[in-house]
Amino acid sequence: MRGAAKSGIGSKLLEVRNLEVEFDTYGGIVKAVRGVDFSVDSGKTLAIVGESGCGKSVTVQSMMGLIPIPPGRITSGSALLRGQEVLGDTIIEGKEIRGAEIGMIFQDPMTSLNPTMTIGNQIAEPLQIHRGYSYRQAFNEAINLLDMSKIPEAAKRAKQYPFEFSGGMLQRAMIAMAISCKPSILIADEPTTALDVTIQAQILDLMRDLQSQTGMAIILITHDLGVVARMADEVAVMYAGKIVEHGTVEDVFYRSAHPYTLGLRAAMPTNDPANQHQLNPIEGSPPDLFSPPPGCGYCARCPWAMSICQKSHPEHYYLNSGHYSRCWLHHNDSEIKPNQLSFN
Amino acid sequence: MVNHLQVPILETQNLTRYFDIGKKQVVHAVDGVSISVGEKEIVGLVGESGSGKSTLGKTILGLHNKTSGSVSFRGQVLPQKYQSKDFQKWSKKMQMIFQDPYSSLNPRMTVGEIVGEGLRLHSGSDAVKVKEQVADWLSKVGLQADHMSRYPHEFSGGQRQRIGIARALILEPEFIVCDEPISALDVSVQAQVINLLGELKETMGLTMLFIAHDLSMVRYVSDRMAVMYLGSLMEVGKANEVYFDPKHPYTEVLIGSNPEPDPKVERSRPSTAIRGEIPSPVNVPSGCRFASRCPKVMDVCLQTTPELIPLKDIDRSVACHLYC
Repeated sequence: MRGAAKSGIGSKLLEVRNLEVEFDTYGGIVKAVRGVDFSVDSGKTLAIVGESGCGKSVTVQSMMGLIPIPPGRITSGSALLRGQEVLGDTIIEGKEIRGAEIGMIFQDPMTSLNPTMTIGNQIAEPLQIHRGYSYRQAFNEAINLLDMSKIPEAAKRAKQYPFEFSGGMLQRAMIAMAISCKPSILIADEPTTALDVTIQAQILDLMRDLQSQTGMAIILITHDLGVVARMADEVAVMYAGKIVEHGTVEDVFYRSAHPYTLGLRAAMPTNDPANQHQLNPIEGSPPDLFSPPPGCGYCARCPWAMSICQKSHPEHYYLNSGHYSRCWLHHNDSEIKPNQLSFN
Repeated sequence: MVNHLQVPILETQNLTRYFDIGKKQVVHAVDGVSISVGEKEIVGLVGESGSGKSTLGKTILGLHNKTSGSVSFRGQVLPQKYQSKDFQKWSKKMQMIFQDPYSSLNPRMTVGEIVGEGLRLHSGSDAVKVKEQVADWLSKVGLQADHMSRYPHEFSGGQRQRIGIARALILEPEFIVCDEPISALDVSVQAQVINLLGELKETMGLTMLFIAHDLSMVRYVSDRMAVMYLGSLMEVGKANEVYFDPKHPYTEVLIGSNPEPDPKVERSRPSTAIRGEIPSPVNVPSGCRFASRCPKVMDVCLQTTPELIPLKDIDRSVACHLYC
């Protein structure tokens, strides 16, 4: 609510520009995120899609100050939350942002909660820290939040420990904790990957209900295009540390422009009886980010790769005001046009 | 249920596996499952976690003892409890591909040792021949012969799953259980593994029990689909028919929750999220197992357990009082 009121309609709630993150390891420097730009509006959902190791989690963790520095390092870029910089040299600037302005839920609810604290106390903690509630006030608010997250018998459940909860219930509790301080952004890092489809549907519905009640923005990290189709307003497709395609959900699904996006869609079975295609796997595996290729990260796996793809990285080619693709096939000199690409 | 068009290569009769966890508590992991798999058929087994899919697969192969019921392979009844000689005999016929390619390969063995071990133990062929065959199989699954001297940690998840496939198939088994072979892999790599299994099925005439929770993938891969809930089968039928025309309320819910990668489809359909979660399989009450979550529950569902019975007119078996 606070976020929506302050930022007003049209202006960007969060704006990330040219974010670069790298890690020192024994094997050398891993360039995990190599220049990422995106923005989020209040009340909207941005999905960041990509396979493991593409840098999608590191992108959001760096905004939350969850990157261990060292070995991690944010080498360039900025993330402005309503004009205020949230990226710091060592940790996030000010604790007021993490847990208060931006809430986060994680992939594995079993290991993300403290096993030695009751669920109610864990949810109450951010309220005591950020809002200055007394313990009693905070605990009562925790029960309300559990109730909002549709946990039955919330008062009884608040006194229980994480091991007494099932996976789906823990994810609800984690959502309750993340929204406790009414954040303007909820970051959900693969929130349903560890859950069954039936529970996944419950959690996704809950996130959408809470979004319409509070007007918060959601950044959803996932590799499941089905979840993206259900939840997202905008989609950013990441590959090898860069966003390769960005647009509205309709643009990315129905007018896919980057060969990687096309490849992902062709690699999944569809359940449309009229359109039964053979699975077309993307051969090979993602590039080694110890020494990222100078050109397009996808060119080694791309069936339409040209000689220029290996040499230099393509610019943003805008297909409409919000939809871009970073692929040389969009260049005027390219013989193949991306709208001719097809696997079928 | 028996598909009458084909001779079943593998058949279970009332197969049951309970785990005793003390204090008079019993986990009903698999409870009276009768299923058959025909020659060169792929049967997909779906259900939520905790429904007993993996336990069923492992009990079929003798990795768990049977509490009651039987498993027969080409009409021959398999032992209730496997001794080492039984494993020796049957592991040439039946093999398993495991879910987690990270924990199912011994990190201290080279790929050559892992893939060749079965051959060394069972065929009695000499080391040179084993090596030749291993090299042959590595190339069949899309790896290179010189990967033989490397260790599992040097490979990616998809490559490890290929090693697991080569390990399972080198003895040329007639029946394999694939326990979630793709769920640990990225989308782009899942299709590689699925297509590899498809090619090997064509060339070797494999018969498979394909366990997974990705409904779209199971529909794509399988000839028939079996839906399991809390240890029992709820619905069995042709994969496409079950997916597009589910009969059991649980199957409807499960398929309704499966997200489609298509924004228009996703946004136009009503929310089908079901309340509640899969109950504990400890001391399961009488009546239909799904009654506590079923949107169409009736009085009779709480009293008597429905049998899995074939429907008239279509090739489908459903365990639900709505169809009795």
